[in-house]
Amino acid sequence: MATQTIVRKPSGPQRAGRRRTGRGSSGLTFNPKRPAWKEPASPLYQAIKAVVLGLITLSIVLPILLVVSTSLADDQQLVQAGGFVLWPTHPTLASYQAIFSGQFMFRALGVSAVVTAVGTVLALFVTITMAYATSRPVLFGRPVLLLVLFTLLFAPGLIPMFLMVKQLGLLDTLWSLILPGIFGAFNFVVMRSFFMNIPQELIESARIDGAGDFKILWKIVLPLSKAVVAVVGLFYAVGFWNAFFNAMLYINDQTKFPVQLVLRNYVVQGGGLADQLGIATTPPPQSMQMAIVVVALLPILLVYPFLQKHFNKGVITGAIKG
Amino acid sequence: MSSATSQAPSVPAPGRTLPPAGQGGRPQTRKKASAAGRKSLGARWKRDRQMVLMMVPGLLFLLLFFYIPILGNVIAFQDYQPFLGILNSDWVGLQNFVDLYFDPDFWVALRNTLVLALWQLLLFFPVPLGLALIVDSLISTRIRRWFQSIVYLPHFLSWVLVIALFQQVLGGAGLVNNELRHLGLDAIPFMTNPDTFPLLATVQLVWKDAGWAMIIFLASLASIDGSLYEAAAADGAGRWRRMWHITLPGLRSIIILLLILRIGDILSVGFEQFLLQHDAVGPGASEVLDTFTYFAGVVGGGWSMGAAAGLAKGVVGAFLIFAANKVAHNLGEPGIFSKKAG
Repeated sequence: MATQTIVRKPSGPQRAGRRRTGRGSSGLTFNPKRPAWKEPASPLYQAIKAVVLGLITLSIVLPILLVVSTSLADDQQLVQAGGFVLWPTHPTLASYQAIFSGQFMFRALGVSAVVTAVGTVLALFVTITMAYATSRPVLFGRPVLLLVLFTLLFAPGLIPMFLMVKQLGLLDTLWSLILPGIFGAFNFVVMRSFFMNIPQELIESARIDGAGDFKILWKIVLPLSKAVVAVVGLFYAVGFWNAFFNAMLYINDQTKFPVQLVLRNYVVQGGGLADQLGIATTPPPQSMQMAIVVVALLPILLVYPFLQKHFNKGVITGAIKG
Repeated sequence: MSSATSQAPSVPAPGRTLPPAGQGGRPQTRKKASAAGRKSLGARWKRDRQMVLMMVPGLLFLLLFFYIPILGNVIAFQDYQPFLGILNSDWVGLQNFVDLYFDPDFWVALRNTLVLALWQLLLFFPVPLGLALIVDSLISTRIRRWFQSIVYLPHFLSWVLVIALFQQVLGGAGLVNNELRHLGLDAIPFMTNPDTFPLLATVQLVWKDAGWAMIIFLASLASIDGSLYEAAAADGAGRWRRMWHITLPGLRSIIILLLILRIGDILSVGFEQFLLQHDAVGPGASEVLDTFTYFAGVVGGGWSMGAAAGLAKGVVGAFLIFAANKVAHNLGEPGIFSKKAG
């Protein structure tokens, strides 16, 4: 086909555009407009695509909307609608007042907040120092790196972990929810590959000026790594917030239950809500269950935009691809 | 590592002309030094001691929560009694593994694990690929962004939350069954029927993670050279031909890699998801190797037997991952370890 002229014209800018986004970034933001060589969209495919994407979107948005709305709905509307509403006509915080009227839910929220905050700070500290220390060829760097990477291959197992936590005297303390989670090999790999891409010249010149490695890390490397620190920190935070099994395993004392365990016990297992929460009068159990779900969900929804912002920068995929 | 060292020669090495505070250069001087004879351990320690110090917190973690617990697996060869401890419990050789072999529950757990892994392979694995192809074909950046924001979200919800949401929609008192009853129909036990549980579990997994798993395919798609499409279109290839001859070959590497890794990881199908639904569905359908370890060991008090099950799974799993990586290498793919190390 003699389409030289047709092909030539768009080829320059299009190619450049595609390439640019193919590098480094995960390519989530390219394609300002349809390339000239692409045939116009067929209405049939367009329709199929729209339906598929629409259904997927609905399957995710609807349950969340349903839960949030029902937790806010008043009794009357709930009874009329038969238990579920998609939009509260007279939004009320009654079920939230109810679940927080006892001490129980407050404490759970506090436990989750403390574990998440302390855990994330410690996790960032351990991960950053370890990732930086192995990001350049230094003494012991290689064997230590292998010690870390081995954790990707094998897990010590649940029972030995339990015995270890018990041996350390951490059972029934918040430390049992924090310490076993302060280092993740995946986050380490993400962090380390970011550090390795920092130009050596910067570090070298700081050394010549007499800076030690701690100072270099703090003054030069970290300010350049804000994006990756934010992403890894958020990953850790989400992980700590979401963890429920370690609480089930290590915590017996009800006053130290995190939110996820409360959610599991009183929503998934359907335990006696009012008795346990120490509440006298109750709104419909359904909306109280929903309120607990929302309490567990809300922090994730709040940090999600910050997390999501960084996906486009290829911080994560860049590391996965090596 | 290689990328860090390969940069070294291009930078002029400051060498030993540094002021004393400089403690010698970094990799550059090391390169030079190794040519002239390796630096002594003392000199390297002097140069790197702050870096070594930085490894201490991580090493402490690895020691306490990885390497010592790994040694704790010796209780799989003991008749472990909590009040006696590891040091005083009796050694029983392979008895726990023999017990495991004759325990029908263990075989149920193994069977369920493999069945679920197969379902996941057939139903879960292709979904992110298909989604990525659709998303990649979207022209509007705005729609892409929106859609991606929404489908990545469930990955960040905990399993407890996911199961709770599924219950509210599909459970016995959930939205769908409520409507069915309104219409005078029988409720459908989506969440409690053991026969359909593998399907339910796979749907839950797709809902939670298929969007997120798409990200890696999207990255690969973006790295395919756009001029290939252009040339093919110029030669008269339609959209399906382009997909078959350009897109799919371009994704071949990553598909093979992920497939092999998934097969290598076949003994791990997830844990919390099945633990949470253990009561509702019953162990017959929802017991997997990991929950078996938990219920036999921690709940049932059979510490040694639980540890034996965990150890068997861990060793076989590590072997499978290792073998899968070898296969990937032999197929000319980069594999996982060389990548993560590089």
